[in-house]
Amino acid sequence: MSVDVFVPADFTARALGADAVAAAVAAAPGVEVRRNGSRGLYWLEPLVEVATDAGRIGFGPLDAAAAGALFANGLPDASHPDCLGLVEELPWLKAQSRLTMARVGVIEPLSIDQYKAHGGFKGLERTRALTAPAIVEAVTEAGLRGRGGAAFPTGIKWRTVLETDGEPKYIVCNADEGDSGTFADRMIMESDPFCLIEGMLIAGLAVGADRGYIYCRAEYPLAIDTLAEAIRLAEGAGYLDGFHLEVRKGAGAYICGEETSLLESLEGKRGVIRYRPPLPAVKGLFGRPTVVNNVITLASVPAILAQGADHYRSFGVGRSSGTLTVQLAGNARRGGLFEVPFGKPLRWVVEDLGGGTASGRSIKAVQAGGPLGAYIPPRHFDTPLDYESFQAIDAMIGHGGLVVFDETADMGAMARYAFEFCAEESCGKCTPCRIGAVRGVEVVDRIRRGEAAADNRVLLKDLCHTMIDGSLCGLGGMAPLPVLSVMTHFADEL
Amino acid sequence: MADGAFEETVREIVERFAALEGPLLPILHAVQDQLGYLPSACVAVIAKGLNLSRAEVQGVISFYPLFRVSPPGKRIITICRAEACQAMGGAALEAHAESALGIGFGETSADGEVTLEPIYCLGNCACAPSMTIDGVLHARVDAKRFDELMGR
Repeated sequence: MSVDVFVPADFTARALGADAVAAAVAAAPGVEVRRNGSRGLYWLEPLVEVATDAGRIGFGPLDAAAAGALFANGLPDASHPDCLGLVEELPWLKAQSRLTMARVGVIEPLSIDQYKAHGGFKGLERTRALTAPAIVEAVTEAGLRGRGGAAFPTGIKWRTVLETDGEPKYIVCNADEGDSGTFADRMIMESDPFCLIEGMLIAGLAVGADRGYIYCRAEYPLAIDTLAEAIRLAEGAGYLDGFHLEVRKGAGAYICGEETSLLESLEGKRGVIRYRPPLPAVKGLFGRPTVVNNVITLASVPAILAQGADHYRSFGVGRSSGTLTVQLAGNARRGGLFEVPFGKPLRWVVEDLGGGTASGRSIKAVQAGGPLGAYIPPRHFDTPLDYESFQAIDAMIGHGGLVVFDETADMGAMARYAFEFCAEESCGKCTPCRIGAVRGVEVVDRIRRGEAAADNRVLLKDLCHTMIDGSLCGLGGMAPLPVLSVMTHFADEL
Repeated sequence: MADGAFEETVREIVERFAALEGPLLPILHAVQDQLGYLPSACVAVIAKGLNLSRAEVQGVISFYPLFRVSPPGKRIITICRAEACQAMGGAALEAHAESALGIGFGETSADGEVTLEPIYCLGNCACAPSMTIDGVLHARVDAKRFDELMGR
């Protein structure tokens, strides 16, 4: 009888050589290679897991040669000197509360049987016994807020769509995960795609929608292929039940992560943002009532319906209910995915789980919430990870990405980059963003060259506030936040 | 490819996707996947097939960074310019790639061998800096690793 050995097949694990490791492991006798997703402990990837009676034991990081050697004399067991022990007992996994990511890295992504064996489709089953308002109520009760970054209460959005007349209605999944330092959406799509599909089916039942689109960025080819196959399999197994679901590929525009721009893009137009109101919930895709939710938001729904709103709400603090899928990236010693309850201190994630910097130098700043998020200095690291606490320090949690910078980082250059990025990605509709970002780069350059620095700092602040107050969407409205944070916390660098 | 054959290819792609809701992006992707880029002559064919103006089709092509209007090099290199990669020395990798290849971002080498493009995040941010060669992702790339990967 052969033994299951798991070798991750996610995008990052593959970039680290997981395919060659899988081939080396497959050459060993008595082994059945299983390609799971990644648990998100990326510093251990490729992480090979061997099934034992006590649970799965881990070895990693391995390259193909090390994997070949490890399996050369039969199956390695827990007494092997390189064994990390039981994977589930690793402190970085044990410290997490995996609700949304419960199956990520555990199952083979395209196995419906494994998905069901690990609790999949239970939420959908429960949902089928509920009325539409009761489903919306459960999501509202759970306190789920949009995980794409805006943190809008999901239940309220769903209620609006439910109560708005107009057929057909749409469920649109925003999988345009463009923020640097984020990869949680990618992990769900690659490692547990049925979870997203289940969430969208539940959303469809909740609001009376019978069609859905997943708008995935083109930079995620593996996610797109995995989802397309998962949809085919789910349809074949009868789960879609008349719900039309498709994956659509973006084309490299960051702005298409903004929901109205995404809808324009889905309609086949330039990804130029729309004025609001009307809200997409009222007039969304092709003018129809539309739920637009992020991948993690939708993937959190099955667990809420399966285990109950109270269970979900028992995690988190205040108005930040449930868990946050923190993505620790950049110059982090242990970079990866950590799903933790809201309210844990930033320091705990960055220092305890993350182990500080990869370079071994001290941390200068953490950028939270992507390219439009503030740079946070270490003196604020005791801030709890929840929406309101971050707002109180002029920062935002956004999609949960934390990018670590060590002491060699040039914060003035990072402020310049924020404007450069905004200028590159602006859709061009509103003047503060389109022109402001270009002028911002110029003003930062003048300050960095020492030209009338004091006057230009005043001008820069004024420009930032013009963009914040006058831009139509979050790109121009938030690109100044990292700049202002540099001016506040790293004043001698800009 | 002869003009007639090329137009036939585009027409066939338009027909294949025309029944979709919002078919334009899927069509543009399919044409680019097949031809490597979006030749200017495809605009009229697509516009006619979808009952759009040529300006509308052209406008969509020019909006999205991943749509190409000229043939790319034999190898397409993308290097991530976003923050997580910068935190791990991404700027040095960018500079090295430009000097090693002798071209800037957005350019194709004169011999048509290689195209270098910026990309804003590959979702590989825990193992930065990141780059792709013909769509294959590589992690923790420094100058030395770049040279190895490029077979230099």
